Amino acid sequence: MSRAFLALLARDLRLALRAGGGAGLGVVFFLAVVVVTPFAIGPDLALLARIGPAILWIGALLASLIGLDRLFSADAEDGALDVLAMGALPLELVAAAKGLAHWIATGLPLVVAAPVLALLLNLAPASIGALTLTLLVGTPAITFLGLIGAAFAAVFRRGGLLVAVLVMPLTIPVLIFAVAATSTALGGTVPFGTPFRILLGLSLAAMVLGPIAAAAALRVARD
Amino acid sequence: MRLVVEKLACRRGVRMLFQGLGFTLEAGRALIVTGPNGTGKSSLLRILAGLARPEAGVLRLEGAPEPNDFAEDVHYLGHLDAHKGALSAQENLAFWRAMLGRPALTVGEAMEAVGLGGLERLPVAVLSAGQKRRLALARLLVAERPLWLLDEPTTALDVAAQLRFAELARAHVAAGGLIVAATHAPLDFGPCDGLDLGAWRPARPVAERIDA
Repeated sequence: MSRAFLALLARDLRLALRAGGGAGLGVVFFLAVVVVTPFAIGPDLALLARIGPAILWIGALLASLIGLDRLFSADAEDGALDVLAMGALPLELVAAAKGLAHWIATGLPLVVAAPVLALLLNLAPASIGALTLTLLVGTPAITFLGLIGAAFAAVFRRGGLLVAVLVMPLTIPVLIFAVAATSTALGGTVPFGTPFRILLGLSLAAMVLGPIAAAAALRVARD
Repeated sequence: MRLVVEKLACRRGVRMLFQGLGFTLEAGRALIVTGPNGTGKSSLLRILAGLARPEAGVLRLEGAPEPNDFAEDVHYLGHLDAHKGALSAQENLAFWRAMLGRPALTVGEAMEAVGLGGLERLPVAVLSAGQKRRLALARLLVAERPLWLLDEPTTALDVAAQLRFAELARAHVAAGGLIVAATHAPLDFGPCDGLDLGAWRPARPVAERIDA
């Protein structure tokens, strides 16, 4: 069973990294958002430092959603999903493997790029550390919540918009606690650990519930 | 091993495609499903594969580890080939071999068996329609499954490839396997039964309302 899980993970990663796979798209989008922001806001360094974490997180949130609508629909359209659904690997783990591959291909590069891009927004070193940590913990939550929207997109055979509409509301708590945790690094009465632990909890819950909900959505479509 | 189907009914929307369908398929035999377009050949195969739910009826694979939920003992080859165009033929097949479990032939042997030897490294996107179909047929060989469900398996295949595939199918049947194939092409799968779905069409094709 773990062999099948790893095979699926490896295939999806390979597909993402091949030409046209879309692994780099998220990072490019993230880069575009962050680079454009200082031009739009103007040369107010204090303001940039204050809203920087929020900008970076909004960019990361939207970048994480890019490509999610194709996650299951590509397999549904070429018949692979039918064969996957019949194997010994439960659909929940199929969804989890695909989610993990998607996160490694699009979420992880965002985490790596964030410290560099944070310099453009005049973030303090403590803020950069806190931001990177919240991205590392928070982006899996977004990807795994996004699995639910991705499954619906495959079921209804059209879905770019559907993913955004379904998934965005679910990701709001992640955004709130991630940005709250980052801003504690600038001082204040709340310690970093308080919102960060809630973020961790949200992420763990999403990793469990996302694949289960996605598998349920895919099963409904078959009946 | 034996595939038993009793009183099976299939509905698409308000149309009843067939009802009261029953047959028994013994190990070492093939069932050729025929019938005009739209009589439910593909729907029957999807029901047998566990990919669709029947309106009514019972199906079981006697002798399988789980006789009532036997999707793991089935190879389903639908109209779609289930390949990724960006990956090479070998990568696609190796993925299915690892994914499906219970490996049989190696990737190289399976590609040789369907006549694709030498094309392992080509991306599937550049293969011809017939070559893609052959690669899909090779999937049947890399994992061991007693029951093969084939939906128009020889679409796009040339005559030589059709004969070659019929030979592979006969070998599977001779080894005690089962095949249910929906096909218009006259294929020799060895000892076989016939099922004309057109004869199972209900007298009144529109389903009755349950709440009436």
